[in-house]
Amino acid sequence: MNDNVPAIEVHGLTKRFGDILAVDVVDYDVRPGEVFGFLGPNGAGKTTTINMLTGLARATSGTICFFGHDVTRNVKSVQHLMGVVPDESNLYPELDGFENLCFCASLYGMGRRERDTRARELLEQFGLAEVGRRKFSAYSRGMKRKLTIAAGIIHRPPILFLDEPTTGIDVASARQIRQLLAALNKAGTTIFITTHYIEEAERLCNRVAFIVDGRLVRVDTLANLVRDVQDQHMVQFTLSGGAVDLSGPLHEAFAEGQFESVSDCVLRMRTARSLHLAPLIRFLEEHGVGVTEARVIRPSLEDVFVEITGIELERMKKEKEKGGRGS
Amino acid sequence: MKAWIAFWSILRKDMRAYYLKPPNISWGLIFPLAWTLMFFIKSDSAVDVRSLLPGVMALSILFGTTSMLAVTVTFEKKGRSFERLLLAPIPLELLMLAKTSGAVLFGVANAFVPVVMAAFVVDLGGVVWWQVFPAVVLIAVSSTFLGLFIAVSVSEVFEAQTFSNFFRFPMVFLCGLFFPVANLPVLLQPLSYVLPLTYGADLLHGGVNGAARMPVILSFAALAGFCAVLFLVSLRNIRKRWIY
Repeated sequence: MNDNVPAIEVHGLTKRFGDILAVDVVDYDVRPGEVFGFLGPNGAGKTTTINMLTGLARATSGTICFFGHDVTRNVKSVQHLMGVVPDESNLYPELDGFENLCFCASLYGMGRRERDTRARELLEQFGLAEVGRRKFSAYSRGMKRKLTIAAGIIHRPPILFLDEPTTGIDVASARQIRQLLAALNKAGTTIFITTHYIEEAERLCNRVAFIVDGRLVRVDTLANLVRDVQDQHMVQFTLSGGAVDLSGPLHEAFAEGQFESVSDCVLRMRTARSLHLAPLIRFLEEHGVGVTEARVIRPSLEDVFVEITGIELERMKKEKEKGGRGS
Repeated sequence: MKAWIAFWSILRKDMRAYYLKPPNISWGLIFPLAWTLMFFIKSDSAVDVRSLLPGVMALSILFGTTSMLAVTVTFEKKGRSFERLLLAPIPLELLMLAKTSGAVLFGVANAFVPVVMAAFVVDLGGVVWWQVFPAVVLIAVSSTFLGLFIAVSVSEVFEAQTFSNFFRFPMVFLCGLFFPVANLPVLLQPLSYVLPLTYGADLLHGGVNGAARMPVILSFAALAGFCAVLFLVSLRNIRKRWIY
């Protein structure tokens, strides 16, 4: 495959459900070998976009190209090039782990010997060898997720789509999945990932697209995105002495700063230039709030996301965890 | 060639996961037995098992195939495992043939359960097997495709069951299974001829008892036509509703 030709290229991609515009004229490309992150809140159009790219939904308008070939009207012709890991583990509960993998391999035309070998190899790689003969219905959530990812790569696809791969699973499993994805990418797999975990995108992705209400608001490399907010100075204070809403008085006293309560005992300040902290700490103490720690924060992708989209991340996470499927 | 690996794999998986499960095997045994016993209990005089046989065979196929396919496909659609099949690089036509083949085999096997039972109590000599067997297969295919049509029209498993009954129970009375279509009220008779089972039942009556009312070739052609139409309509609906 030619490295100069994008693995995926999308022009004017639009999806309409009656009066609702789910994806609104989206343009981007995914380069071979990169990890491309699609970030946005519930209902932003992430899953709909993946469904159009994988052939589970038809685009209302626009074009989809895989490795330079327009497949908008026939995504089926490139389905052998892609692995898909949906946001819910959707293997067969009545089959065991090994049987599930072998069945998925057979859907891609793999012969018996080849699929048996590959299934064993993946069970080993994903740390599931010991539970390979256990029924899928008896797997823990983390195990189910890992087996679903293994099923997605059983046929060694050059492109892997993952929809919220670590949502709702324990920290250790999520960490292991991120390591496995990084290893896959290192081995040459192009990864298209949707997530609402900014830190996950920050760890895994080369480039990121922010999607809100079906519209792509920004596509760029992590370095470029973070550069926009790098000039800002940010200090995080850990407070003691109870939660007192001081945002009003603080704004009056320190007009240069923007203050944000991250939680009851954490206050964040942004300024365009460096500022002496002693007057601020004194001010807080005079208002009955002690400062136990002051830490300089490096601007992150999370700050970029909040700045560009205006969406509070905590709300986004809670919405997702409440259980909605993606859009 | 590679697509056929997927075909056999889907068929084998469905047979193991659904059709060869003990509750479904017992369904295949109990259902025809219950229908035959019902006629024994209801009747004052001796029951002619051979005359009942075509009706019981047809019902065994109809209830077995439509239930199983409508429920299993709806179940997989609901659990999103069906998406996995839609994402596989195999033509939709072949995929749906693979999904329905298990139900067709289940229906054919169900049809011969009452035949085996009947063989113990009546002489089955004179049965035109070359007519009965293809008729059974075509009834199984058309009933399975009816199940597919139902599965594509609903989104919940319970809806699949109730919607199946919407088609099945009228068929029991309108298709000439236990009394001839000619004995129905004149207004209902045209309805019988738009139901596939009418032609299947007539073929079975002809094959088992020599009592067909329509030409054999017409009944085979009509059944084949119903199979084609139901399959094509189901495929169109899948493309419209599931690949949205």
